[in-house]
Amino acid sequence: MSENERLTLVPDIREVLAQHGRFPVENLTEGDDLYNAGLTSLATVAVMLALEDKFNVEFPDSLIGRRTFKSIESIAEAITKLAA
Amino acid sequence: MSTLCSTEVDFDELLKEVHALGKSVLRVHAADVDKKARFPTESIKAMREARLMSAYVPEEFGGMGLTLVQVAKICEALGQYCGSSAMIYAMHKIQVACVVHHAQQSEFFCDYLRQLVDEQRLMASATTEIGTGGDLRSSICGVEVTEDQFKLTKKAPVISYGEFADEILVTCRSAPDAPANEQVQVMVRKGEYTAVPLSTWDTMGFRGTCSSGFELTASGSAEQIIPQPFNEILGQTMHPYSHIVWGALWSGIAMDAVNQARAFVRAEARKTPGETPISAIRLGEADQVLQVMRHNVAALAREYDELRSRDCPEVFEEFGFSIRTNNLKLSSSQQLVDIVGRAMLICGISGYRNDSKFSIARHLRDAYGAALMVNNDRILKLNATMLLVHKEG
Repeated sequence: MSENERLTLVPDIREVLAQHGRFPVENLTEGDDLYNAGLTSLATVAVMLALEDKFNVEFPDSLIGRRTFKSIESIAEAITKLAA
Repeated sequence: MSTLCSTEVDFDELLKEVHALGKSVLRVHAADVDKKARFPTESIKAMREARLMSAYVPEEFGGMGLTLVQVAKICEALGQYCGSSAMIYAMHKIQVACVVHHAQQSEFFCDYLRQLVDEQRLMASATTEIGTGGDLRSSICGVEVTEDQFKLTKKAPVISYGEFADEILVTCRSAPDAPANEQVQVMVRKGEYTAVPLSTWDTMGFRGTCSSGFELTASGSAEQIIPQPFNEILGQTMHPYSHIVWGALWSGIAMDAVNQARAFVRAEARKTPGETPISAIRLGEADQVLQVMRHNVAALAREYDELRSRDCPEVFEEFGFSIRTNNLKLSSSQQLVDIVGRAMLICGISGYRNDSKFSIARHLRDAYGAALMVNNDRILKLNATMLLVHKEG
């Protein structure tokens, strides 16, 4: 998946975060730390399940953790890897 | 009284002292404390004299520098004599741990720890709030800081021993307009706040904790705000520490119920020497559950001390550790009711009576509180959510 294709994921990721993240996402940049912005580890469960459903992927145990859900960018990277 | 506890030998001596004060003070007043739902003044005075209030304060500040494993053993010992006194001690220790773990970068809190040691001060907490439905990670009230002073008003549905504490750690938003989950803990001090009662504390058990509700209005120096954010304090300290020290004191209550049952069975056995009474079988069963309960507490306490020594706070945020902590709370609160119920069956009507030396009535009433303080259903739902993605490796 090219950089361009990865960027196309961003609006969908934002939508999932807005629906399930339980914190304000409007003003976030792609690199902003989601945990600092108010994402809790418990809310990542809902975010992850919604991402799996939306992109038809399954996060393996190795990708379940703070590093994956740190920013919109890191989520896009993980999904790119999984969809490849 | 020993004040040094750097070695196991010293700790064994300390534990003997704790049992001695349990027998001579806590047990003597336990029934009256329970009956009148009054603060166990005598117990707390005795704990202060034994310098137990600063047991978890590091030695560099003059405290005993105990580990959580050791603090849990003290809570278990106290629980054998008076559940309310032990609960107050355990709750105080949770607040001490919050300051010890999360505020040592602040000169104010370092001075406070020395003062806590010198004066054996008692700390309470106001975490829950009217209107948030018991969710600790959400606050309505916010601390207002102007220059170097703060102002804060909170409606707390329960503040255990709030009227008797020297300090109260209050959870609130970091500012009135901050998001509900951007929280800090503020230490409010006796003389710097007013408390208007919102409710009384006439409950089935843990009556001596005097956990009435209050509207707190406080002010003070901005230094009294703990520097680290509340979500870190909760995850790394308050959540695990609470469930371990509670589990420990509940084990103490269970041990005392089993000891009552043992005394009852033994009195029966004396009548027919050489023949083990049928009720002894039930004693064996109760003891079996008790062992599991105590070992669960000890195992998580050891894990906690070990993780703390690694200086790697992220590990406390892992789902695995949270789930194990929650499981400890769920199982020990259930085992407490189970064990005390078995002890009651063994002692029969003598256990059911309030006025018999084998009475287990207070134990049973206290036992039912365990599942409700942070409701087990809420905890089970959190675990269920985390288990959707977590599996033990």
